[in-house]
Amino acid sequence: MDFTLILFFILAATAVATALGLLISRNAVYAALFLVLNLTCVAIFYLLLGAPFIAMAQVTVYAGAIMVLFLFVIMLLGAEKLPKGEVLPFQRPLAIGAAVILLAESGYLLFQRFRSAALLQNPGTVENSMDSLREMASLLFTDYLLPFEVTSVLLLVAMIGAIVLTKREKGEPA
Amino acid sequence: MIPLTYYLVLSAILFTMGALGVLIRRNALIIFMSIELMLNAANLAFVAFARQYNVFTGQLFVFFVMTVAAAEVAVGLALIVAIFRSKHSIDVDQMSSLKG
Repeated sequence: MDFTLILFFILAATAVATALGLLISRNAVYAALFLVLNLTCVAIFYLLLGAPFIAMAQVTVYAGAIMVLFLFVIMLLGAEKLPKGEVLPFQRPLAIGAAVILLAESGYLLFQRFRSAALLQNPGTVENSMDSLREMASLLFTDYLLPFEVTSVLLLVAMIGAIVLTKREKGEPA
Repeated sequence: MIPLTYYLVLSAILFTMGALGVLIRRNALIIFMSIELMLNAANLAFVAFARQYNVFTGQLFVFFVMTVAAAEVAVGLALIVAIFRSKHSIDVDQMSSLKG
């Protein structure tokens, strides 16, 4: 086993374990920190896959901005302690069953479709990361220019929406 | 070198755990985090395919997904704050005002 394979398995185990931690932790702050660890693992996977720029964006945007926003809201609302008690007692086993079916379906599709295909063979050589960055930037500003511009409008709409939703009306008690 | 299948299996596992989180948790914030987990699983599959076929479109789509996720989180957290102000709870079972 070479080094990257060992690294992959360690990271995969960490990613699955932190996702499990997110599912079962009763404290929302712990859940958020588990998710940060999970996102960092995924960022290292991006590095292994030869996408360093995406990995950096993952760390700054997801683990940095989005999760800090989550932690802000958790602490602002004081909602870190979660009450116990289920309203629908049959919901949890039903959900677990549905998840097992989903996993079995995706696994079946994966192995049926890709068992003999070329996907199991090794990919090409790792490119120079600067080349991949340059290639991506040129794609972004030629073929995908319209989605890029639409994205900027989307961010503006999200910003205005967030402000309008949390704004208090005049005279409304705090 | 790690085969593509490994990444796809990991992506499927992470996606399933995110879906499970949406189904079994009752806290709106944790449901949101589970959605982020699912988006990340999809992103991982995108990047793995991009690597396999040596095209950069997959990485670009990860970009767009990240932007949409950022916008979604901003609006979603604003909604959660607004709901908390009126109901003093973010338990999704409490949000049943429309129920007959």
